[in-house]
Amino acid sequence: MGFWRNQLSGPTDPAADAAWDRPEPRKGFFTDTSICIGCKACEVACKEWNGVPEDGLDLLNQSYDNTGALGASTWRHVAFVEQTTDRIEQARESGRKLVSLGMPSVRSRDDTALAGGGGTATATLTAPGDLVPGAAGGPGPIDAALPAVRWLMASDVCKHCTHAACLDVCPTGALFRTEFGTVVVQDDVCNGCGYCVAACPFGVIERRSGHEGHEKGAQSHGISIKGSGGSGGSGGSGGSEGTGAAGHQGGGSHQNAPSHAETNGEVKNVGIAQKCTLCYDRLGAGQTPACAQACPTTSIKFGDLDEMRATARARVAQLHELGYPEARLYGVDENDGVGGTGSTFLLLDEPEVYGLPPDPRVTTADLPDMFRKAGYAGLTMLGMAAAAFVGRRR
Amino acid sequence: MQDLSNADCIVIQGSNMAECHPVAYQWVTEARLKGARVIHIDPRFTRTSATADKHIPIRAGSDVVLLGALIKYILDHELYFKEYVVAYTNAATMVSEEYRDTEDLDGLFSGYDDAKGSYSQQTWAYASSDGEDDETPGTIGGPAAGHEHGEAKSARAAGDEHGSGGPALEHARVLRDETLQDPNTVFQILKRHYARYTPEMVADTCGISVDDFEYLARSVTENSGRERTTAFVYAVGWTQHTLGAQFIRTAAIVQLLLGNMGRPGGGIMALRGHASIQGSTDIPTLYNILPGYLAMPVAGLHDTWDEYLAAIGNKEQKGFWANADTYAVSLLKAWWGKAATAENDWCFDYVPKLTGAHGTYQTTMAMLDDQVEGYFLLGQNPAVGSAHGRMQRQAMSHLKWLVVRDFNMIESATFWKDGPEIASGELVTEDIQTEVFFLPAAAHTEKSGSFTQTQRMLQWHHQAVQPPGDCQSELQFFYELGRRVRELLADSTDERDRPLLDLTWDYPTDEHGDPDAEAVLAEINGRHLTGDQAGRPLSAYTEMKADGSTDGGCWIYTGVYAGSVNHAADRKPGREQDLTALDWGWAWPANRRILYNRASADPEGNPWSERKRYVWWDAEQGKWTGHDVPDFVPDKAPSYRPEPGTGGPAGLAGDDPFVMQADGKGWLFAPKGMLDGPLPTHYEPQESPVQNPLYTQQSNPARKVFPRKDNLWSPSGDSPGADVYPYVFTTYRLTEHHTAGGMSRWLPYLSELQPEFFCEVSPELAAERGLENGGWATIVSARAAIEARVMVTERMTPLTVTGRTIHQVGLPYHWGVGTNAVVSGDAANDLLGVALDPNVQIQESKAGSCDIVPGRRPAGEELLRLVAEYQSRAGSTVMTSNELRTGHPESTPDTREG
Repeated sequence: MGFWRNQLSGPTDPAADAAWDRPEPRKGFFTDTSICIGCKACEVACKEWNGVPEDGLDLLNQSYDNTGALGASTWRHVAFVEQTTDRIEQARESGRKLVSLGMPSVRSRDDTALAGGGGTATATLTAPGDLVPGAAGGPGPIDAALPAVRWLMASDVCKHCTHAACLDVCPTGALFRTEFGTVVVQDDVCNGCGYCVAACPFGVIERRSGHEGHEKGAQSHGISIKGSGGSGGSGGSGGSEGTGAAGHQGGGSHQNAPSHAETNGEVKNVGIAQKCTLCYDRLGAGQTPACAQACPTTSIKFGDLDEMRATARARVAQLHELGYPEARLYGVDENDGVGGTGSTFLLLDEPEVYGLPPDPRVTTADLPDMFRKAGYAGLTMLGMAAAAFVGRRR
Repeated sequence: MQDLSNADCIVIQGSNMAECHPVAYQWVTEARLKGARVIHIDPRFTRTSATADKHIPIRAGSDVVLLGALIKYILDHELYFKEYVVAYTNAATMVSEEYRDTEDLDGLFSGYDDAKGSYSQQTWAYASSDGEDDETPGTIGGPAAGHEHGEAKSARAAGDEHGSGGPALEHARVLRDETLQDPNTVFQILKRHYARYTPEMVADTCGISVDDFEYLARSVTENSGRERTTAFVYAVGWTQHTLGAQFIRTAAIVQLLLGNMGRPGGGIMALRGHASIQGSTDIPTLYNILPGYLAMPVAGLHDTWDEYLAAIGNKEQKGFWANADTYAVSLLKAWWGKAATAENDWCFDYVPKLTGAHGTYQTTMAMLDDQVEGYFLLGQNPAVGSAHGRMQRQAMSHLKWLVVRDFNMIESATFWKDGPEIASGELVTEDIQTEVFFLPAAAHTEKSGSFTQTQRMLQWHHQAVQPPGDCQSELQFFYELGRRVRELLADSTDERDRPLLDLTWDYPTDEHGDPDAEAVLAEINGRHLTGDQAGRPLSAYTEMKADGSTDGGCWIYTGVYAGSVNHAADRKPGREQDLTALDWGWAWPANRRILYNRASADPEGNPWSERKRYVWWDAEQGKWTGHDVPDFVPDKAPSYRPEPGTGGPAGLAGDDPFVMQADGKGWLFAPKGMLDGPLPTHYEPQESPVQNPLYTQQSNPARKVFPRKDNLWSPSGDSPGADVYPYVFTTYRLTEHHTAGGMSRWLPYLSELQPEFFCEVSPELAAERGLENGGWATIVSARAAIEARVMVTERMTPLTVTGRTIHQVGLPYHWGVGTNAVVSGDAANDLLGVALDPNVQIQESKAGSCDIVPGRRPAGEELLRLVAEYQSRAGSTVMTSNELRTGHPESTPDTREG
């Protein structure tokens, strides 16, 4: 029973479970949103490397986010969240509660000093002088006053769950667990049934709409390609009030542009389920995934998952110490609904704020319970049946 | 660049570093992770603010008040680094008694000439111990100095000619009072000059609270001194003002007072905008300098070689500019080879002489006057990227021919058929006689060459693939152009063709005809031409000779090809060397990473502190050593004192760290070289809804204005009509796009990230004007009206200035009107007019006046009527805001009617 439970929920080594003889150490991301500068280099690098097509040219009116959400043609998505003081205070309050519930809190400065960069950039920081902060008794930590505004930026990606619902429900075996513990779609095996789309608790995986979809303006997350202003988020008044006069060069400009699906070449894998592969091809060659490689501030770190989680825990402790109780980790809990994720995040507010589910749960996690309940029900029925016979005898 | 990670505090002002320099920003992130405090001062809350410890919103164009108040704070609280200031700056130096400050003359320095609209710098000179010189102080110097006459003076740039050091001075004999008490010392002048720059003045002028100012002042001063250093970072948010060069000068004064120059984690980081924009000033695409910041000769002033030599460097002055003759001769030898001889003054007569300003805007106006026949655009899209887009496009329609070398059919190549003026009816395609040649350009992966980045570092890129189709490298294009022109002229006996025919034009090419970029680098580096070393590359510019035995295309780059090794291609990984990383790329001069690093040691040559140890004197070995290449004569002891009157490098004392300055000192007060004053003082932008709180003089009296009908301005301050354009607008870039869009709006992956032109406004301004998030707005200036989608955001903050609320409108300038790009839209730069900083002739694009109303703009003639209606309501005439000296119409330069 215990074996089956670990296959469906809770802590486990997914690559070993998938019967890899000699699995590699499990790989994953640690995305430290506290140092993300929202440059979207990860989005572009991902598309360049993986040949993911352009995903719609509409202004979404959501701060600087014109990508919207993860989808078949968006495997990295940077969220932009603007907040004012009251919301920052709420984030701090909820953070404090988490700390009191046992999240990592205060550690000594020495332990956390290394937590910072994590990536290769830090490794180069040696001489001259190893200018250690605080050595000369400089100013203390930042003042406690909350800023009037803050702007959260966070790069989201497939979670590569320990218990991946997409993989579990896939009837063709197109989705598989790699030797790195990641989850990858095989384009040529997928039959486009879409079970995985419904199963993913994060809304990551999606079937790709193709050229036809482009023509009709139907895009993965409801964005129209031709700039007619019809998408949900855009101010409807603007689009409909446009003068529409011939020769007006402003907002109607997209109509003049060449078809971008064509610009990019034919859209491949139409109708096929698509998502981040954690650059399986690059990993196989000992390389870093394109997004992490492109990240200029090491906000996206890549490595062995154990190391990523350790770095994440150290960093959150450092931020707590520096007076940011709102910092928290997402995806590190092996006892959560998906057995922890291969993509770990440091967030500065509640997950919902970033569009992440607060309590993701793999659909298959309930299977043992369902089997058990079904078993009890069966036994009960048997019992009742037996009782009925017994009663009849009486 | 990586030295920023050594800073204890970083002030980013006039730059949106995280968005516009995301790769360099990793070092700010690194510094912050090591505990540094990062403060971002900007009109908008940007992605830089989001990752800083604190954002301080400021009214665009008021930076000198804030930094001036910082100077006053440092002086009042005696927080300056005393030993450093006395020994290494000109604080103790005495200034001529004839000098009068703006505080004495209500906003003018002494020497202002109403008729010319410019200053004579004579009275700003140092006082001299030599009685004879007192009468004509500072009369010898660079072409930028005080002895210019007539036309040439008013129409020239100067400040950027000294990119590698200060302007020449007549001598090194100055009077000093090391107690800093004499009223004529720079130190006392500084105190008096900034006496009125109080925190309250900051609140009233910049819209920055007294508390926020205190936070800034404490952060900067507590993180400076022996043990700690603060760095300033700026970009075009400082430069693109009619007072731009002085913004940077103010920061230089702060950093010199705090002892942050020449030290790790200190300095002022000037962020350059493109991959090699630093390279394009080192080996310039500018009209007024020659390679290595040698001044361009001026007709009438430098007609002879001797006149020119006297102007670029004086053997009597201290420092390395005294050897300017060796740099100039080597340059002419590189250009004209054997034809350049001592007898013909190294072909000096072949060098064109300036007859006036030929900057991009003067050239644009000359096109409108049909004085320019042809125009090459290389990586430039003026129809979108230059100020006053309308004037740019109109001007190009006057050309006979236009060559556009780019990756894509940019708006400057298509304005004649789909530009806004075609839509408005101002231009008719059939009437435009301009013949446009589009020549496709090779991308950086398709050619070899060097980029010189912000830190003066050359980095080599190797060709990865052949350019597709007809695409060519710049090198091949110009080599081929020169080859064909020379072929056409081969039989010419006309004297005027000699400069072209005598050029050395003999680069080895590959099988595709592309010249070998390394051969060009070797020529730039320079070679020995005679003796047993003949043909060998020079290893340092100190090897250059003025006798024709060396050549070299850019003296400051000498050493990049030392030992016949391309050091720009040095790529030892960071993890295999220390943070200074001398084996990654090559930084001019001499692979030095921090300039003036002698100042990182005290006058005796010891590090100021262990924590900030960088370069120091090794007494045992009798030389300077450290983490970097020492910026000093290698074996000159700290105790060395030259004989009085010694010039050149030998004239530098052992504690004169500013080796390019004519007196070896850091200049708090600039006795020469700045055309608009020896000290920065606050003036309002050319166009401002605010009255100058300090002086009657509203704007920089030495700025360059162009009163023309096609270049009108909003009334400023309290003038009637100023309320017609009540808001401040500022233009900028986004991470997702590249400047005028030529490298991003044609790429779907970048276009989808920021698909449409938008304006950023505060919720308060949105409420005041009825603007809706996601809706449309029309923005009107005295030049144009454009439309943009509206982004209502708390990141824009209304500021309280002199008791009233000032709203600012943010406008990214990446989009342009055309039909070829993936995304297009109205161009923000169409709103701008042309008014320039006098020192470097840069346009004021960071602060202007506008109105904003909901809805889309009209099209066609109706659009022109809208702009005209605003102009008429404001009462704007060609004189409006164009008086150089406020209240003195006679100070306005002659008008050429547009």
